[in-house]
Order: sequence, then C-alpha cells, then structure tokens
Amino acid sequence: MPARADYDDVVLAAPVTIPYARYSIRSAHWFLGRAVAELLAAAKIAKARIDGLAVASFTLSPDTAVGLTQHLGLTLRWLDHIPMGGASGIVSIRRAARAVESGDAEIVACIAGDTNHTDSFRRNTATFSQFAQDAVYPYGSGGPNASFAFLTAHYMRKFGAQPADFGKLCVAQRNNALQNPAALFKKPLTLDDYLDARMIADPLRLFDCVMPCAGAEAFLVMQRKTAAKLGLPFARLLGAIERHNAFPDDPIQDRGGWAMDCRELYDQAGLGPEDIDFLQTYDDYPVINVLQFEGLGFCRKGEGPDFIRANTFEAGGSFPLNTSGGQLSVGQAGAAGGHLGIVEAIRQLTGQTQGAAVEDARRGVVSGFGMINYDRGICSGAAVLAAA
Amino acid sequence: MKATSKKTAAKAKTSKDKPRKGHPSKAEDGVHALLRGLVASGGVRLVDLTQTLSPDFPPIVLPPEMGQCRPFRMEEISRYDERGPAWYWNNLSFGEHTGTHFDAPIHWISGRDRPNNALDMLPIEHFIAPACVIDCSREAAVDADFLLTVGHLHAFEKRHGRIAAGSWVLMRTDWSKRTDPVAFQNLDETGQHTPGPDADCVRFLVEQRDVLGFGTETIGTDAGQAAHFKPPYPCHFTMHGAGKYGLQCLCNLDRLPPTGAVIVAAPLKILEGSGSPLRVFALLPGRQR
Amino acid sequence: MALDTLQRPKRKNPILRTRLPTLPPAARSRVALGLTAAAARGRFELQVCRDCGAVQYPPREVCHACLSERLVWRAQDGRGELLTESVLRHAQELFFRERVPWRVGIVRLDAGVNVIAYVHANVATAPVRVRVTAALDRAGQAVLVAVAAEGRTDLSDDAKLREMTCDPRFRKVLVTDGKSPVGQAVVRALAAAGADQLWVGEAEPWKTFAGFAALGDLPQVAIVPLDVTNGRSVRELAGEIGAKVDIVVNTADCHRTFGIAARRGIETAQLEMDVNYFGLLRLAQEFAPLLKARAADGRAGAIAWVNLLSIFALSNYPPHGTYSASKAAALSLSQALRAELRQAGLRVINLFPGPIDDDWDQLELPPKLSPDAVAAAVVAALKGSVEDVYPGDVAQDWLARHLDNSKALERELSEQAP
Repeated sequence: MPARADYDDVVLAAPVTIPYARYSIRSAHWFLGRAVAELLAAAKIAKARIDGLAVASFTLSPDTAVGLTQHLGLTLRWLDHIPMGGASGIVSIRRAARAVESGDAEIVACIAGDTNHTDSFRRNTATFSQFAQDAVYPYGSGGPNASFAFLTAHYMRKFGAQPADFGKLCVAQRNNALQNPAALFKKPLTLDDYLDARMIADPLRLFDCVMPCAGAEAFLVMQRKTAAKLGLPFARLLGAIERHNAFPDDPIQDRGGWAMDCRELYDQAGLGPEDIDFLQTYDDYPVINVLQFEGLGFCRKGEGPDFIRANTFEAGGSFPLNTSGGQLSVGQAGAAGGHLGIVEAIRQLTGQTQGAAVEDARRGVVSGFGMINYDRGICSGAAVLAAA
Repeated sequence: MKATSKKTAAKAKTSKDKPRKGHPSKAEDGVHALLRGLVASGGVRLVDLTQTLSPDFPPIVLPPEMGQCRPFRMEEISRYDERGPAWYWNNLSFGEHTGTHFDAPIHWISGRDRPNNALDMLPIEHFIAPACVIDCSREAAVDADFLLTVGHLHAFEKRHGRIAAGSWVLMRTDWSKRTDPVAFQNLDETGQHTPGPDADCVRFLVEQRDVLGFGTETIGTDAGQAAHFKPPYPCHFTMHGAGKYGLQCLCNLDRLPPTGAVIVAAPLKILEGSGSPLRVFALLPGRQR
Repeated sequence: MALDTLQRPKRKNPILRTRLPTLPPAARSRVALGLTAAAARGRFELQVCRDCGAVQYPPREVCHACLSERLVWRAQDGRGELLTESVLRHAQELFFRERVPWRVGIVRLDAGVNVIAYVHANVATAPVRVRVTAALDRAGQAVLVAVAAEGRTDLSDDAKLREMTCDPRFRKVLVTDGKSPVGQAVVRALAAAGADQLWVGEAEPWKTFAGFAALGDLPQVAIVPLDVTNGRSVRELAGEIGAKVDIVVNTADCHRTFGIAARRGIETAQLEMDVNYFGLLRLAQEFAPLLKARAADGRAGAIAWVNLLSIFALSNYPPHGTYSASKAAALSLSQALRAELRQAGLRVINLFPGPIDDDWDQLELPPKLSPDAVAAAVVAALKGSVEDVYPGDVAQDWLARHLDNSKALERELSEQAP
C-alpha cells in the first residue's frame, strides 16, 4: 500500500456550538443555519467566502446537504453529506482537509446538528438502517441501548471491568461539565448516584446513557495561510484515520476500527500516545470510551479497567478526558455528538475554552465512532490536532 | 257448492284462454258459487294457514350425495344505511319446496308429461277451492308414523258427507305445533317419522273423488316412511301423476271446520316451476275475530 | 427471568376500560420476509450462498462473502452460543413499553453468523449453548428466540414470549361445526388442551351424528345453534357469545366429490361455496370485530382464528374440483381476514390437511388423516407460533411439489381427472 500523504498545513478554526435544548420545535435547518451564521461571525467572513460544506444530521430529511445548500443560500464548489453518525466529524475533517490542500475549496464549513422533537428518537431509530429494521428493532431494541448493553456485559465478563470503573469515567466527565455553562447536565454526580441509578438495559444504568437533544456543532477547515490572513486562532491537523466495518469476524465488537490504523495515525502525526495532552472520545456509553483508550494506544486491549483505575480524567487529572463533559454530560445533539469533541479540542488548543481548561494543552486526540448498523458500530475515525 | 266434474277439471282452461264474451267459464262459475255461498252466510273471516318463511324453518332432508332443497335465506341489501339510506330490502334464496309450499304435477316423474303441469301453466281457477279437513291429531300424537287410510276416509264421509270433486283434502295432525325443528323433522337412523296417507288412500282420493290435491302440516305430503310404500311416495307419485297438487307445512288447520272452508292457494308464476312457497289462507263463514 | 408456567388469569374487572392492542415493529424489507415465510410454517431458515456456502444474517440481496446473488433459504438447526445478553427495561415503542422488562441477547450460530434474539427464561446466563428457533410475533413477523439447547421448549412457559403463541389453555373457543368427525375431534382435543369454555356450533339439529351427543358431557362444552349458511344464525350467536370468544376454530366444511362434468347444475357447488367461502365471510363479518376489540384484553384476550382449509386449496384436485375451488376461495378470503385481524395483532392460522379418513374422502387412497390427527394439528398450531400448517404426509408432499413447480403439480393432479 502506498504511504499516505501527510496533512500539509491544514488547520481547524472557529469552534461553534449552538446551545443545546432537550426538545425544540424547530427543524434541523434552524440549528445548522445558525451554526453557519455563527461560523461567519466567529471568522468575520462573508457568507460567500464559504465555498465548501460538509454536513452531518439525522433529522434533516427529506433534505440532505443539497437541500440545506439552497435553504441557506450558499453557492459551493465542494459539498458533502456524511451519514456516518458519530464518526462524521472526523470524516468531515479528512474530506475537507484534502479539498483545501488541493485547492478544490478554500474554506470548508464542517457542520453537524439535529433537532429533537418528542418523537424524534423513536422515529429515527425505527428507520435507522435496513438491518436494524429487519433484525434489531423487532426485538424492542430502540436505539443503541441494547447494543451497548451487550458490549458492556461482554466486556465486563471478558476483561473484568466493574461498574465502578465505568462510573469513574461518568463522574469525571460530569465534573468537567459542571464548569461548562453550555452543558445540559448541571447537577453533580457521585459514584453512588451512578451505581444506584435505575437500570435501563442490564448492565447499563441511567447515567451510562446519553440524553438525545437538539443542537449543533461546527468548525472551519482551511489552509494555514488562509487562517493567518483572516487572523483566526487555529489548531493544526497532524494526522487522521478512518475505518469502516473493521474486524467483521469478531463475534462481539470488543475492539474498534482505530486498532487497525492506530500506528498509522501516530506515524502521520509524528508523535506517540504518550505525547498527548487530552483525549476527546466519542462517548455515548462509557464502554466505548474504553475501546477508544485501547484502540488508540493509550493502553493495551483488555487493560482498560486497569487504565481507568490508574488515572483521573478531569481536565486537571492525569488523563484529561472529554473536557467539556462529553456527550454523557453535555447532551447528544444527534449527529453533532461526533463533532462535539472536535470543537472542544479546537477550544482547548486555541485557548478559547468555555469551561475547564487543560493546562498547557498542546496536542490532543479526537475520536469518532458511529452507526450501529446491526450488531456493531461500522464507522470509526480519529485525528491528532495540535496547537498552532 | 257446485262441484266441478272430473271432465271439467281435465279440460281446465289455461289462464290464457278467455271465455266467450259475456259468458263466464264453468270454472269461474264454480268460484262464483263458492263466494256467493260465503257472502250469503252473513260474513267472512280469514285464517292464515302459512308458516313464516324464516331461515330457521327446516328444509326437507335428502341423502347428502343428492341435490338439496335450499333452506330459506335472507341477505340484507340495505337497511336505512350507507348501502341504501332510505330503504330496507333483502335478497332471498330458497328452494321451490321450502317452507309452506305448493307442489305442481311436474314436480314428480309421474306428472312430467301431463298438460299444464308447471306453475306458470296451472289454471288460475284452481287457486281458490273448497277444503275438507280430516282431523288425525289424536292419532298422530301417539304414532308419528300414523297413516291415513281409506277406512278413515269412509268414517269422515259418514259424518261430514262426500268429499266433493275439486276439493283440497287437508290432513290435520297438529304437527305444525312442533315448533322445535328437531321434533318437526323427527329423524332417526331409520329415517323420517311423520304421518301421511297410505297408497290406497291416495288412489281413492284420485280415482274415486277427483280431488284438487292433498295438503299436510308436515314437511311432505307423503308420510316420513313413504320411501318404503308401493309405489314409493304415493301422494306424489299418484297425485301428481293424475295432475293433482300438494300443499305442505300448513298450520292452523285446527281452526278450520271439517268442511265449508274455502282455500286460497296461489303459487308464484314461475317459468316451468315445480312448486313454490306461497301464502295459503282460508275463508270461513262468520265474523273476523 | 424465571420460568413462568401459564396460570389461569384472574377474572376481569368489568369497570375497567379494555386495553387496545399495540403491535411490535412490523416493517421488514422484502428479502427479510423470507424469514417470515419460513416461520409461518414453523421453520427457521436462513439464506445460504450457493456459490461459496456462506450463511447470511441479517437477510440480504448478495452474499456478504463473495457477492453472489445466488442466495437460497435453507433450514437451520439454530445451534449456537449465547455470547452476551441484556434485560431491556426501557422502550419508546408502546408495545415494548407495555412489556418491560424482557431479555434479549446475541447468539453466535455455529453456522457462522450473529443473530439478535429474544432469550427464553429456560436459558442460563450467557455465555451458554443455546438453540435458536423462529417464531411469529404479534405483528405476524418472524422473530428469533434462543431457547435451551437440550430438551423441549414451550414458548408459553416464558411470560414475555407466551404472546407469540395462541395457547388455548384457559381460553374460550368457538368451534363452528362440532358435529362432523373432525369437528368432534377438535372439540375433544381443545378440551384436553385446557380450554376453559368450548362453544360447539351445531347446524341442522334434526340430523344426528354419532358421538356428538356425548360431547355435551364435557363440562366445558356448550352446544350452540350455528349454521354458517344462515346470516341471521351467525349474527345471533355473535350477539350472544361473540364478546367472550378468544379463539374461533372454523371447522364448518361442505365437501362433495364432483368435478365439473360429473355433476350437472351448480346446486352442489353453491352449497360448497355457501359453507366453505360465504360461511367464512359471514363468520368473519360478525366475529372479527369482536375479537379485535378484545385483542389486548388482559392475559386471556382474543388471540386467534383457525380455518380448516384443505391441501386442495393450494392446487385444485379435479375429482373434487368444485370443492377445491371453494376451499381456494376460502383461502383467498382468509388472507384478507389475516390482513384485517393483523391490525389488532390477531393471528389467522390455516390448516391444509390432505384427505381425511371420512365419508367424502372414502375413495382416496391412504395415507389419510384421522380426525384426531387433524385435531392434534389444530392444537399444536395454537400452542406453537405458526400460521400455515400442512398436516400429514399427503399435505407435505403436495406442498413440496407446489413450491418446487406449481405447474407440474397442476399436471400431476389433472392425471386423476375422470
């Protein structure tokens, strides 16, 4: 296989969050449109400067990025709609990066957002995929709860993880969220709160599950020189990987796609896991955090429990994790769940944090995961970002 | 009452035949005489001799490998509803021999070649006729296979006079009071057990009395066990063979006098019909109660 | 989850509103309906690639291994290992909200694919060897159930899976014709299977059939007047008992043995149609709405409609040509009934027996089904999770021929025409 090209001076800028709400009567177009507006304001550019758009959303239907383009009055020379769930953010970066490198586009807006009506979640999960419709939903498994319950039960049995291990992650992320004014969860969470909460899908309890909500996350991708001309603070893209349908013969998915390309990620970035100052994972359930620790080289496969016990995960801890609170404590605004960590990483690396700041944050890893098409998540990706 | 002679009956005109203008036919004369007699008595009352046509009324039972007479069935077309907002009506299905019904000579093989043997060809004058009612109710109550014999006819005539030609002879058994269809059918492993005339009785009524026809309260004019008679089913074989008629499933015969009643029995005018359900009623001298 | 043998439900409090039925998710892709087609006959089948042998699940259009489009459905023994499981305690769909909690898991079949399945209470905690079988859920779609690897499993013994069956135990059943030999056998078999109440329809009470009077000795049995050719009779019975009937077993059958030329006139064919086709229509018009209203009536609500058809409905048997046509008409109508009852989660079960050892099949060569065998098939179908039943060797033979090449079957049967 030919060696992949490094990212040549590609940067991420203008971290934007449209405030989350548990329910909204508006459509996804509102959240995405406001995200683009905020990007323009943050970057102090006119709308016409945006010539590339990558969109991720579950509730834009019957529109795709195409309908949104006309809805927002954009004229583009590069357009992509990324249906990869929580991996869409990383994949947007990979697509946009090559576009701006080659000159196919100058400034690409990477936006993700969803509305949440009282029946959105049920309807979205009912029509999530053909395999889900035929082989999952009929069993009452609406949404990923059951899938992650299966994985968590399996992981606990195979690798000796305890509920308190997962709880530790949730408590730490809540502590991070308490400093984030944008987080939907405002109450502190103790380990006892976590362990005593009601069971949702054995062994998952209430605080193991994200809360779907409405909102949007967005950022811009451009060449470094463009950001300099605009006077924008930026984070540099050092490396990025994606992998879809990795390890299809693993009976239960207890390793994610990152494990296949982890080495290539760090080779491309020119550093190792030990050089990383923070990790923003895709965290819809704590067990997937552990698969990302393992898959991204922070510990070996199966050593997740030990890793958790040996570290602290607050912004000021030994292994800062999901420093804005992550989806588990901020909320999951649909497809924006996979952009949340990217936007937080940009904030940490450009000193624009809204909540807790990681001291002297110079390099971070952001990871994405998504699309439980049937019995495993199909999409995964990760990126290494660095301060300017 | 003026009796119509056997000869006149044989030459009965069809309903298409018209008498010479101004001259009534002999048959019409007979009808006029009947009605004049009733009016002269000072009043007329009517007795309905017809069972209600309903899906619950039992049909005649034949062995299952044969064609069956359809029981009475009603299928509602509409009832002041979306199928027909201002009207109620039904489609009906039934056999020619369902419920209270009339048998025409063409119904039996012995009558197949007789002239004017189907419903649409019967002389209309035959639809009003005197009736003799022979009370066999006590005998039938103790013997379901009771047979009316020539001896019984003689005993009847001794008390009530000669059975006139052109009369209906009705066998009262009170069988119509058996409202339970199982009792009405009275079937067991040896077949049906209902009263009726024996072969000699039928022959006498046909050859010696030239009756119009024979009527019963049971499901057939023949007795339930008549398959075993000689000839089988004599009330059909001999009666229809002589161009005579049958009436079945009559009721209220217990409200009729032995003689003196006039029966109206007008079957439907069915093309080549062998029989039809009909409204049968009697006119009696007296006041309607 | 502990095993939970079916118990007699408590009497219903008449003041409380009767619940209305909800259904599990019914949407399936066309290719996934292959699972339902097999489950309808009590089989668990999966697609197998004819080119590379790979087993496929979930159902799909091309082989996941070699992309061949030559996928065929083949019976599976369902043996595998329950790798992981969960108990779901929360749901968005109304059907599942009403039924929390329930047990599901991932089974790795020995055939090499993962299936998500309900897990029967008789299965020990994962990881454990299991056997996967197919059942029909209340939406009439196939679902997979993992049961104990050894021994026999009754879906009725699991409180959550019981609804996939139509167990007659503790239920009230109408048998529309209890007089024929098959009808009598069905009544006895249902009584033995624990039905609480059996209304036994009798047309033409003046005709006695051997053995029928003795049915009245069974304590659950009430003989009721019912003539399916008489709309009034059907309506009146529905008015009297329809609101209590849980299961209708339509055994009313008029069977004569004529083709077209062998019997002049249509009187006999009309009688066959009036009983076999219009009789079903009358029954359905009067009883189906009442069953639908009680489809969610507690633990012993309305649940099923069984039709005694005939294998002749599948392909006309010319010596009994008009009878075959009347049963084919009934089959078609039963599909309409199935669609209408499905809205309320009620199941229509059709039986297609071959010749029965009775008067009208007297001249048919053996093997013939005894009335008791037909009755056993009715009870088994109600206790199982099926909707199309082909009892006996002849029915199985004709079905196989029909599925293989229906035109060839037509020719084979026409060789028997007089």
